[in-house]
Amino acid sequence: MNEIVQFENVGLRYGAGVETLSDLSFTLYPGSFYFLTGASGAGKTSLLKLLYLAQRPSRGLIRLFGEDAVTMSRERLPGFRRRIGVVFQDFRLVPHLSAFDNIALPLRVSGVKEKDLTTPVAEMLDWVGLGDRAEARPATLSGGEQQRVAIARAVIGRPEILVADEPTGNVDPEMAVRLLQLFEALNTLGTTIVVATHDIHLLSKVPGAQMMKLEKGGLSDPTGSLRNPPLPRDRA
Amino acid sequence: MLSLFVIPGHDRRLIPEGRLSGPMPWVIAIMIFLMVLATATGLAFAEAGRNVSDQLSSRATVQIIQANPDLKAQQANDAAARLRGMALIEEVRVLPSEEIEELIAPWLGQTAGIQDRPEGGSLLEDIPLPALIDLKLVRPAGKKELEALRAAIKPLAEGARVEPSSGLIAPVISLVQSLQWIAFGLVALLAMATAAAVIISARAALNTHKETIGVIHLLGGTDRQISRLFQRRIALDALLGGLLGLVCGTAIILLLGMQLSALGSGLVQSLGLSWYSWLIIGAVPILGMTLAMVTARMTVMGALRKIL
Repeated sequence: MNEIVQFENVGLRYGAGVETLSDLSFTLYPGSFYFLTGASGAGKTSLLKLLYLAQRPSRGLIRLFGEDAVTMSRERLPGFRRRIGVVFQDFRLVPHLSAFDNIALPLRVSGVKEKDLTTPVAEMLDWVGLGDRAEARPATLSGGEQQRVAIARAVIGRPEILVADEPTGNVDPEMAVRLLQLFEALNTLGTTIVVATHDIHLLSKVPGAQMMKLEKGGLSDPTGSLRNPPLPRDRA
Repeated sequence: MLSLFVIPGHDRRLIPEGRLSGPMPWVIAIMIFLMVLATATGLAFAEAGRNVSDQLSSRATVQIIQANPDLKAQQANDAAARLRGMALIEEVRVLPSEEIEELIAPWLGQTAGIQDRPEGGSLLEDIPLPALIDLKLVRPAGKKELEALRAAIKPLAEGARVEPSSGLIAPVISLVQSLQWIAFGLVALLAMATAAAVIISARAALNTHKETIGVIHLLGGTDRQISRLFQRRIALDALLGGLLGLVCGTAIILLLGMQLSALGSGLVQSLGLSWYSWLIIGAVPILGMTLAMVTARMTVMGALRKIL
């Protein structure tokens, strides 16, 4: 199985402080589902930033889609970012755009024609249960609704990797399960999913998902999936 | 450049547009207004200098200095006749004494030629004025040609002097050229001030929309896509401000032009603008917009390069 993400002795330091992440070495495989857990401040968001190319590591090697992401030129980064869907912890919805326009943003950035994006965006709005809120601005949406818009925006472009930072943090348990089912559906279509969460109860909701645990900037591998490629989830 | 204005509406909405709501169009309007005035001044001085220089560089004056009035008249007529036969000369005119009196009237007063003295005669009769011959040359004369003119006249009038008219007005032309370059220098300074205003505006806009830009970046937006949004906005602001500045500037120029025409004297009257000067003035807002756009692009691209 070809790896989609490979970290080798990766370290991340902000400024002159101590390393936030130290000696991370792991491999993520296509079509797998990973939970990234750890206490608050363990470095989950920092690790995700490295994954979605918002940050370069201070040391080590990161290979993404088979290419060196550490020395990759800035000009090539947008093309790689379009292959990664991101659900930010703070949603980062564009405040003056409607829910529809926020979800359509990745498609428009990729140059999809206007006539080709109306149907998928409308379907995605229905998928996250916001079909009737298409024209609503983020400020008029509840926290949970904003989170669903953020998730819809992350998956609309059918990314090869979906990185989600606490995606169920602001929704009720029922909606959390529904969102995880959405991720699973995407996962069965071949997308690698990485969900950062401190809610260990979520793990049991996705059978066959692997767990990575961050502790004080280091990574432990309770399920052993980071050493060995996981079995395909339909066989797990 | 046209592609700037045909960005799809949904892309334009990524950065909220509040045209004429911020100070940018007004700042640019003032800058373009001043640039239009300075450009017009520079061009008017350039044209005036050129016109006067063209008119005078092919003219010369012969002075016949002779105390005896009869002999002076005789020498003037002989010299004129001799000059008419020369290839360099297009037109020869001996100035009548009334015209010479008019020329010196500003210095001696209008009554200088009036026969009002108790002992008889006028003040002018006591002043040994030279006879003047106005020459129009077929082309601007060089030093050697002027020497040839002097040599031709000398046997007929010993005290004759040949003066090229351009020599008389050279300090004025030099002053006009200095004013012209000062005006163009002002245009350059105003252009730099405009660029500085655009840099400040672009940085402020970048700061205001930092979050949105960050999101577009992380979703795979390129620097070029983002900078186009700012370029378009600033170009439109600059165009609107520029047109406003052009209209106000043109109105002032036309008003001043009418007032100068009414003065109707020499160099001042020659301060006009030709059609190609008007073309240059009309292009000032376009140049201002281009300058603003390029500055905005460089500023935004430079700022974006600092983030990953």
